This record gives sequence, structure tokens and C-alpha cells, in this order.
Amino acid sequence: MTIDELREHLCAAYPDLCPLFSVEFSDGVLLVDQARLREALEDLKEMGFDRLGMVTAVDFGDEFELVYRLTSRSMRVGVFVKASVPRSTACVRSAVDLWPAADWQEREIFDLFGIAFEAHPDLRRILLTDDWVGHPLRKDYIDGSIIRRPDYL
Amino acid sequence: MSAKCRTVVNIGPSHPSTHGVCRVLVELDGEIVKHAEPIIGHLHRGIEKMAENRTYLQVVPLTDRLDYVGSMYANWAYCRAVERLAGIRVPERAEYIRVIVCELQRIASHMMSIGSTGADTGAFTAFMYAFNQREQVVDLFEALSGSRLTYNYVRPGGVAADLPEGWLERCREFLAQHPAAMMEIDELLFGNVICRARTKGIGVLAPQDAIDWGASGPVARGSGVDWDLRRDDPYSVYPRFDFTVPLGERGDCYDRGRVRLWECVESCRIVTQALDQLEPGPVKAEGLPRLLAPRQGDAYDHIESARGSLGVYLVSDGSVRPYRMHVRSPAFCNLALLPLLAEGHTLSDLVVVLGSLDPVFGEVDR
Amino acid sequence: MAGVDEFARALEDTPGGGVVLTSIDAISNWARGHSLWIMPMGTACCAMELIAASFSRFDFDRHGSIPRPDPRHTDVMVVAGTITKKMAPSVKLLWEQMPEPKWCVAMGNCAVSGGIFHHDTYSVIRGVDEFLPVDVYIAGCPPRPESLQDALLRLREKVRSESISPSRRRTVEGLLPLPGGEKR
Repeated sequence: MTIDELREHLCAAYPDLCPLFSVEFSDGVLLVDQARLREALEDLKEMGFDRLGMVTAVDFGDEFELVYRLTSRSMRVGVFVKASVPRSTACVRSAVDLWPAADWQEREIFDLFGIAFEAHPDLRRILLTDDWVGHPLRKDYIDGSIIRRPDYL
Repeated sequence: MSAKCRTVVNIGPSHPSTHGVCRVLVELDGEIVKHAEPIIGHLHRGIEKMAENRTYLQVVPLTDRLDYVGSMYANWAYCRAVERLAGIRVPERAEYIRVIVCELQRIASHMMSIGSTGADTGAFTAFMYAFNQREQVVDLFEALSGSRLTYNYVRPGGVAADLPEGWLERCREFLAQHPAAMMEIDELLFGNVICRARTKGIGVLAPQDAIDWGASGPVARGSGVDWDLRRDDPYSVYPRFDFTVPLGERGDCYDRGRVRLWECVESCRIVTQALDQLEPGPVKAEGLPRLLAPRQGDAYDHIESARGSLGVYLVSDGSVRPYRMHVRSPAFCNLALLPLLAEGHTLSDLVVVLGSLDPVFGEVDR
Repeated sequence: MAGVDEFARALEDTPGGGVVLTSIDAISNWARGHSLWIMPMGTACCAMELIAASFSRFDFDRHGSIPRPDPRHTDVMVVAGTITKKMAPSVKLLWEQMPEPKWCVAMGNCAVSGGIFHHDTYSVIRGVDEFLPVDVYIAGCPPRPESLQDALLRLREKVRSESISPSRRRTVEGLLPLPGGEKR
């Protein structure tokens, strides 16, 4: 499948999101909002995107952006799915039942960003100690022990 | 045996066989592993957070320390993401040099891994033999970058400096003897009856599991999943080289180890071809500012590292520092397979399985 | 070591016993200094150089040092690599499990001061001397295997200052001042 065929299919499935589908660097990018994220992921899995390469999050102030990268070996195409998650209710359905690869990566996002994943089999901190307070990769994370590097520009 | 006969044993985090700081909580029923849970994070240094307060060039030494057994390709994955974001075109000689150092680094990294397989199965001499090859590669890199381990050599826009005089000849000398050394290690290690008994049939990974769990690199190829970014999603000047991608059949530790060994031989082929095709030219992109300030947006790029598909996702807000840097670590994704692979084997096999997944904890924990 | 202390005191009290005591000290310190078994607490990149130092090219064994993973078999703990807050309790526990006399070598910039991870990090301990008494510091990122060997050879000077008699233990003039400005 080519990127154009992928765009056609996704535009047919998500007509309201069609203008938001862009093609960058030979990968498609689909922007969804939190409510339609699960549906989009299930749909892409059915289409043949059998591999979840990466799940990560970015803190944009009042919202987080979850970024999923799905690839398909047979179709030789990749797609990014980006979903905005409001900061106040940072809770998303887990994708572990679709791709077990999401297991540890979602735990890492929970650990470092504090985004909770519903229906995750084992949502605990993974990189930091269990009694750590706070989520360090958030932009508003305050920790008195951090020594900030001076500007060596 | 009933559940109340189970013992919980703690392995690590400081342990000679864990290839780094990994703690594994093992639930044993006699000698058989019922559940093995890796507990990671003992080397979590916050590199992703630190990158947010460094300029794009200052992040390169941080990427060195991610996969410290393979600093060259760790630098390269990051630099590719920066170049994609900023729209920088890398000169051809620099691309060739990058391929040469990445493939040599792959050899050095696999030597560490194969040697550790030897150490795990009791064949310590194999570790010494493999290290002999690794030391030669490290010498070449020291001549190139000044450092034995963390090179900071591949930079956004090219490489730090051109190849020194006499380097090409030394490299060819190394390549001339390397395949024979690999055959020797193959015979000594993978031909040894004890090592075969300890690795064949151990930690079998089914191909569908490899895909579902996002495994990549020799871990996936050992199970027969035929995917190598250098061939199937080519980048840099890889389309100009002729090389094969070794595949395993059964997906056990033996196959993974031998895939790594054969990858070293193939890397030799690639480097020989690259040295033949190398033309004089600049090694850095022209007119790059020291303080890169890419356009607002994001970019993802990946390379085929010794451990698998190493990707870097960068988000820029238009300033001289990255807004967010995320490293898609192949070792992290591969290590998640440990509970699946170790179940049903003995405690001694657990160590061999962990070694065959080849984790490097700088990359796992970041 | 009550028996040894009494023996040492008895030697000091007898006329001419001092010669015997210094001879015993010399032999015992020579034996210890030339067979310092190391506990490789290698966490990160420096661990690769620690391994390389023990292997055929740089060969630690000719100095009498072999790496032993068990703390109870070793004299020197070489902390090679970044120590994070999650890892520190394990390092401290293993240090306490090592029998006396024991020494500690901080190898690499991360173990000395936090190194490249000194700034902007929330989880790294800035130097292993925050919780361990370090005897030799090796700078480098990572230091060459020869630096590590040099460090162990310098450690022999410290080992020479040991004595079976508590009153004869002298301190070694080090290069770095103690916190507060006094010289060691």
C-alpha cells in the first residue's frame, strides 16, 4: 500500500480528520483527539499495522500529546498517530491488548509523565523508584536537587 | 509443585552475568523459572530531560552514553533526526564515513555480545578472543576520534573530522583478518558441544511474538523475521552496497548468537565496499550555524543499530534547544521479552537468555 | 581482631619487638598490595573499560588483581559508572559486605562528581564519595584502562600505610585537600 492509498482509506474512515492527515518524510501522520484514539488504533491494527514501534508523550503545557508510531512490514509504510490528552484528565485506554509492545512503553510514560493507561495489566513505575514523587519529564516538575546547567552557548 | 513451594530469588542489580545493572526477580519452582521480572531503572540518568537544556550539538555527547557499546550509531540516529528536522543535507563523503564507522561499531558491539554469551555459558576464553577483535576496532576509533569508548564523532551535518592519514590502510588490515577470526570464534564457541547444549532450544521466540512485542535486530531476525532497516527502509548510502541479512530459524539463543556472528562478516563486506567507493570531499555540511535552531515541528528517524531499530523523536519549538527528545530504544523493547522467554527454563538458562537479548542499560534506562 | 591487637601490643611492649612488628607489617602490606582483588561495581560506560583492563591486552592479572563478583572475596571496590539514586542502596550494601581492610576507587567522571550528568539530572548521585569513603579518584570519561591500573598501583602506597597494630597506622599524604582545607 502506498501513502496515498493509506490517506484515502483513513480519510474515508475519519472524514472530519482528513484535513489533519499529513504526509511527512514518507510516513503518514494522523491527528486524532483522545475520544477517537482507540478507534483509530484498532482500525489501523485491522488494516495490517502489526508492529507498534514507539509510544511516547510530549508535554505542551495544558495538554499532553501522545505519539504512536505504527509500521507494517508487508505494506512497507509507517504512520504516526498523535492524540492530544488534556492535562487535567490525563487518562487513556491502554493499547497493550492490541500490541504487547505497548506494555513497558506505557509504563514509562506513566512513570515520567503521569498519564494513566486504563486496562493496562500492570501499571507501575518502571524507571524510577516506587516511592518517587512527581513525574520528571513534565515541564513543571520541580526538584530541589536539580542543579541547572549554566548557559554555555 | 504447589504455589507455596515457590522461592523468590533476587538476581542483581550488581551481578557478573547481567550485562549491566539489571535486577531480575525470579520465582522458582525448584530450579525451574516460573516467572522472571526484570526491574530496570538503575541507570536512569534522565538523559531525555537533560537534552531539553542542551543545544542540539551539546546533546551529541549525551547520546554517546546511551548505548555506550555502540556510541557511533547512537550519535548517528540522533544526528539523522536533527538533520531531518532542520533540513540539513549531509555531504556524500560524510555519509560513507558514517556507514564505515557504524558497521565497524556493529562489529565491536557484537564482539561484546558474543563474548558475553561465551562467558555466560562458561567459555570465558571466547570472551578474550572476541575482545581481541573489539580492541582492534576500538584502536581504529581512537585514531579517528581520540577516545576509546564515547566518541562524539558523528555530528549533525557530517562527522567531526576527516579520516587521518594511514587510517584506510589500518582499516583494510583489520578487515582482511576479521572474517577468519569470526570463523575461529564460530568453531570454538558455537561449535563447542557444551555451548550448543546451553543455547540450543533455550529462550525460543516465536516470530509472531517478536512482531507483537516490537522486537527488532538480531533478536527478531534470529526468529526468522526478515526485517532489516538497512535493506527494507534504506537510509544514507546503504542502497549502494551488496550485502545479505542473516536469519535464524528456531529463534533460540543459539540462532541469535550466530545471527550476530554472521552480521559481523556482512559488516566487513559493507565496509570493504564503502572503502572502495569512498571519494574525496567535504565531511561537514557547509554553512551550518553552531547554534542550530530548526523550524518548529517534529521529526523521527531511525537506524539499524546492533540491537535493533534505534529511533530518535525530536520536537522543536524553534529555539536552539530541543523541546523534547525521545529515544526509541531497541534494547528496552527487546528486554520486555524476558518474562516470556525465560519461563520454563532453569535459572542458569535465564542468564543465557538475558545475554542473548543483548541489553545495554544505558539505552534501556536512558 | 582482638587476638592480633593483643599480639601487636605485646610486641610493642617487648624490647626489640618493634623490629618484628615492622617486618610483619611490611610483609603483610606487600602481600596485600600485590594481590588486590577488585570488586567491579561497573554500572555504565566505564564498566567497558574496567572489563578491558582485566583482559588480555591490558591484563590486570599481572598486577595480582582479578575481578571477583563477590564482595566477600575482594579488597577494592572499583565504582565504574554513574550511580543513580535507585542503585545507591545496593552499592552501599555491597560495600558493607566487604571485609576490612577495604579500599574504594572511584573510576570515571560520573563516580567522581557526577561527570557529564552533574547538571539537569534528577536521579544521579553526584559522586560516589557522597556515601562511600573513596581512596583513589580516576578522572576520565571513560578513563583509559591504563589509568585504572595506575590507580591500583598508587593504592599500594595506601596499603603500605596499614599496620596490624592500631597505634602505628599512619595516614598517607594525598594530593587532594580534605573538605575544610586541611591536607590529608
